[in-house]
Amino acid sequence: MKKFFKNFLEKFIEGILFLSSSVTTLTVLLIVIFLFREGLDVFKQSPVEEGFAIVINKNNPVKEITSPQLKNIFDQNITNWKALEGKPVNEYESKDSIILFRIDNISTYFIDAQLGDSLQYVGKCISSLVDSLPGIIAFIPDKYVDKNFAGRKLNMGKITPSQFISGKEWFPTAQPAAQMGVLPLILGTLWVSLGAILIALPLGLATAIYMAEIASDKVRRILKPLIELLAGIPSVVYGFFGLIVIVPMIQKVFNLPVGETGLAGSIVLGIMALPTIITISEDAIRTTPREMKEASLALGANKWQTIHRIILPYSISGITAAAILGIGRAIGETMAVLMVTGNAAVIPHSILEPVRTIPATIAAELGEAPQGGLHFKALFALGCILFIFTMTINLLVEYISSRNKYSKR
Amino acid sequence: MKMKLEKHTNKKKQLKQAIAFNLFRLMSFGVVAVLAIILLFIIVRGASAINWTFLTAMPEEGMTKGGIFPAIIGTFYLIGGSMLFACPIGVLSAIYIHEYTKAGFIKRFIKLMTNNLAGIPSIVFGLFGMTLFVNTLGFGDSILAGSLTLGLLSLPVVIRTTEEALKSVDDSFRIGSYALGATKLQTIRKVILPIAFPNIITGLILSIGRVSGETAPILFTVAAYFLPKLPTSIFDQTMALPYHLYVISTSGTNVEASRPMAYGTALVLIAIVLIVNLLANGLRRYFGNKVKMN
Repeated sequence: MKKFFKNFLEKFIEGILFLSSSVTTLTVLLIVIFLFREGLDVFKQSPVEEGFAIVINKNNPVKEITSPQLKNIFDQNITNWKALEGKPVNEYESKDSIILFRIDNISTYFIDAQLGDSLQYVGKCISSLVDSLPGIIAFIPDKYVDKNFAGRKLNMGKITPSQFISGKEWFPTAQPAAQMGVLPLILGTLWVSLGAILIALPLGLATAIYMAEIASDKVRRILKPLIELLAGIPSVVYGFFGLIVIVPMIQKVFNLPVGETGLAGSIVLGIMALPTIITISEDAIRTTPREMKEASLALGANKWQTIHRIILPYSISGITAAAILGIGRAIGETMAVLMVTGNAAVIPHSILEPVRTIPATIAAELGEAPQGGLHFKALFALGCILFIFTMTINLLVEYISSRNKYSKR
Repeated sequence: MKMKLEKHTNKKKQLKQAIAFNLFRLMSFGVVAVLAIILLFIIVRGASAINWTFLTAMPEEGMTKGGIFPAIIGTFYLIGGSMLFACPIGVLSAIYIHEYTKAGFIKRFIKLMTNNLAGIPSIVFGLFGMTLFVNTLGFGDSILAGSLTLGLLSLPVVIRTTEEALKSVDDSFRIGSYALGATKLQTIRKVILPIAFPNIITGLILSIGRVSGETAPILFTVAAYFLPKLPTSIFDQTMALPYHLYVISTSGTNVEASRPMAYGTALVLIAIVLIVNLLANGLRRYFGNKVKMN
């Protein structure tokens, strides 16, 4: 009986331990489910704000319109239907130009008396207006489009994944149609991260080599905790430091109107990626078998030749893993980037322009986006993209380091 | 002639080595210098802002005056809450991974998932915490939601450091214990854990440092912009140091006027990280000597 109880206890505890160890797996799965459930909803919705509709004259042959086209129309970059459809809507060229109508301009067409005391005739007025102007496109509240409405509701194409990824404009709250193009954000993230790795890799690798092969034990014992400390400083403190020291410095050195640039982001992220790169490449360098080093020295090579010809080639996959992981850290970093890059959602042309990254966009906009709305979901879709990026990087690192292990044994 | 040539190449060889080594030394010291500049800058500027009222008073006048007491307390609550969640689960799962699973698919899978979790950006944790804890489970913006989010974030760190600690326990202890007729559980409880304990604690302390500075995960799960009172339950919102620093240095009511407050807040944050690191290093050294003697 006692033995049974003891066995039971052993199994029971093992069960608890197993459950605990499944928490990480469970969390990853839950993150995927929740993130993608919200994020993929973006592609089910029309980019026109809820409660509003786009209507045109019923003789207008245009069937569907994309959200960038709609924006161009309302920004008056497209001024006639021919440019949109390929052929004129009306036989008379003069009538083919697009007439914009927003509910706010109603007073330019009708006087107050026509609209009624309690605005009860607004729907009728708009209906007759849309009927009389062949070239009209109107952005009006949904409730005016009823059975008797003379115009035709224009279908807005749903946002497609390719539009979402390759769209060049990010104005998630734009009227009449939200512009959900994440290309500037993706490019901004990649630019800043690549800049960071260009700064961090030479410095980090040099430090790793110095610590692993050159420095005396005493120096190493001082350096190691300092690097750990560098890793421990919170990102918001790095951001604060960047904001107060690096941003004004860049502004002065390059004589810019604003110092909040991609370069500032790269420098701050570069500093933040240093500990990751140093620790992992130092570990990689240390795995070089002693026999190889000694053989090299015995052949008359000096220390530098040994490092350069033997140790670095041997540990190159570990160093690659360190660099990739460093990029991963930089891509996901939020607060520091948010504070120093200026957050302009445009495609960057140089590192001295403000850029905006994916995590910074989520952090800056989620608080203002109404829950469950299109903007909110678009931010989750950004989270999905970020998740896919970092997951790919992790698996890549895993692959590189596992391949490394097998080839050496 | 040949001797001369050899000497020449030898000289060139040594010169190259000298240049390379000095360059590397310079770059390493450059890295340390960056750290020193950041620390000194914040310590020097922040020291003048810190006094007793700053640490113990409520923020006033759009956070340009007064103190950061609620933010400090909030951060400690979040540290406590997240550790309460992450420590037991992290340590237990590390024990399972290291002591129970054999090398094979399950072990590799669990490790892969733990690594993946570690690589997920903190802002994604924020999104996840918001949908799961704040909305789906209905905790609202609360210390509970924030602590759980931070706990999940620090779980991989706890697991990894605990695993390292267990790895450093020599196999002869396990074999010796089994030879004396002890079961697996007894071995773990009476032999392995006591030896690994100091290293486990060090790892836990280091993960506290990580949790105290995280901002992105608490943005949408717990952090309050301006809340001049202390939280009374785990379902309350709270201010927190990192978020406070972010707000007053970028979007406060008067960014220039609250600069001294920002320096002070940054210094308090740095101080927490410094203390945590020193503590961990001290423990490591203290116990390091002890464990070796056994």
